[in-house]
Amino acid sequence: MVTLSLGARDAVARVVDPEMPMLTLDDLGVIRSVSEQDDGVTVTITPTYSGCPAIEEMRADITRALADAGYGPIEVRTVFSPAWSTDWISESGRRKLADAGVAPPGRATPRAAGPIPLTLDPPATVVRCPQCGSPATEELSRFGPTACTALRRCTACREPFEHMKEI
Amino acid sequence: MSADEDNAYQALAGTIDQDDPRWAFGSGFEDMEADLTAAVPDGADPAELAEYCLMLGDDALVYSHRLTEWVSHAPELEEEVALANIALDLLGQARVLLARAGHVEGKDRDEDDLAYWREVPAFRNVALAEPSDDLDFARAIARLLVFSTWRLALLHRLQDSADPVLAAVAAKGVKEVTYHRDHAARWTLRLGDGTAESHGRMQDALEWVWPFLGELFRTSDPERRLVAAGVAVDPAGLHDEVHEVIGQVLARATLTRPDIPEMGTIGGLGGRQGVHTEKLEHALDAMQSLARKHPGASW
Repeated sequence: MVTLSLGARDAVARVVDPEMPMLTLDDLGVIRSVSEQDDGVTVTITPTYSGCPAIEEMRADITRALADAGYGPIEVRTVFSPAWSTDWISESGRRKLADAGVAPPGRATPRAAGPIPLTLDPPATVVRCPQCGSPATEELSRFGPTACTALRRCTACREPFEHMKEI
Repeated sequence: MSADEDNAYQALAGTIDQDDPRWAFGSGFEDMEADLTAAVPDGADPAELAEYCLMLGDDALVYSHRLTEWVSHAPELEEEVALANIALDLLGQARVLLARAGHVEGKDRDEDDLAYWREVPAFRNVALAEPSDDLDFARAIARLLVFSTWRLALLHRLQDSADPVLAAVAAKGVKEVTYHRDHAARWTLRLGDGTAESHGRMQDALEWVWPFLGELFRTSDPERRLVAAGVAVDPAGLHDEVHEVIGQVLARATLTRPDIPEMGTIGGLGGRQGVHTEKLEHALDAMQSLARKHPGASW
């Protein structure tokens, strides 16, 4: 008999992301399920990227949080399917990103049938500067300090910033 | 503040549970058991499925190693971060594929055994992944353009695989490799349609990578049978799409499609059969040395 436990889920939901500490794992949308059985708690999470180096830290932090809340034994499983999307980041998560100076992702484009189109020109989507709000920003690099961010610069206030890229 | 907290290494060590030592070279996907132990699809031979997982896993593993050679050598810091990120995505794909191969073959080998303890003839990657680009940036971009265009076309089709692990790796990988291909394509434009110097070097780089293309579309016997079982993608069917996409990029970049014959096989055998260029041995020497020197090391 498997029952959802609000207590265990809450303990997991409050754990923060190791690379984006302004977000909880709940905000990030990586928690697939938390189930409490007679013999412990099983947590299922999904990595944001295949090689996400933070996944091991997430597992350790979840285990610690549940143990601190009195739960055990704890099993943390990783599943890849369905693949994580930035669309799973909560509204409060998007606000927290912006407050921390990271431009939140736009909506991921739904995948059309057929071959994936090549993007030779920078995408026309507007990314607003999280500092001054100007829409006049440019991409410096597709790949930022973490797997999930790109580097941009505001041409109005000249501040560089990170943008969580749509995936 | 105590002396321990003052020391970054001590503080870090203090957060690690002694019951949970970190394997220094990988970390194991035992926790993914539910995914990795999925039944072998009907009509697929387990040994051939394992071999197919090694093909796609070794492509990503060996090439990710070559990409990481750029760390501390890229022309600008942002590019170094980009190439390292791309390598990390591919390494992540390789880990799951190798772990799945290890499970399906049933010889009690995990991803680390397969990555660090196989010899050259047991690798199943294509030759494109093998050579060093000798830190020639145009070569790095030319190879990334070809590799990511080909892998994206492959993963896009593999999402419908009857094998749930292959389908999951593909669905995740498509999102990542789309970014890799765009990155390579934009650099190709910038270098090809840049100065006379950058144009000439990008053209030379294309000629360097071109002989490796032929092998990408050759179907091996295990692949042929796994295609029939709905598990694998037939690489021969990727040829037109890959050339179409590369053609679009070359046209915008004012580059010329090289007219160079493809690299031959040795008696019909190539990377998919374990017949490799000597460059693979050089890559494995570096990639495997630490794990072999310190077997089972953890920190």
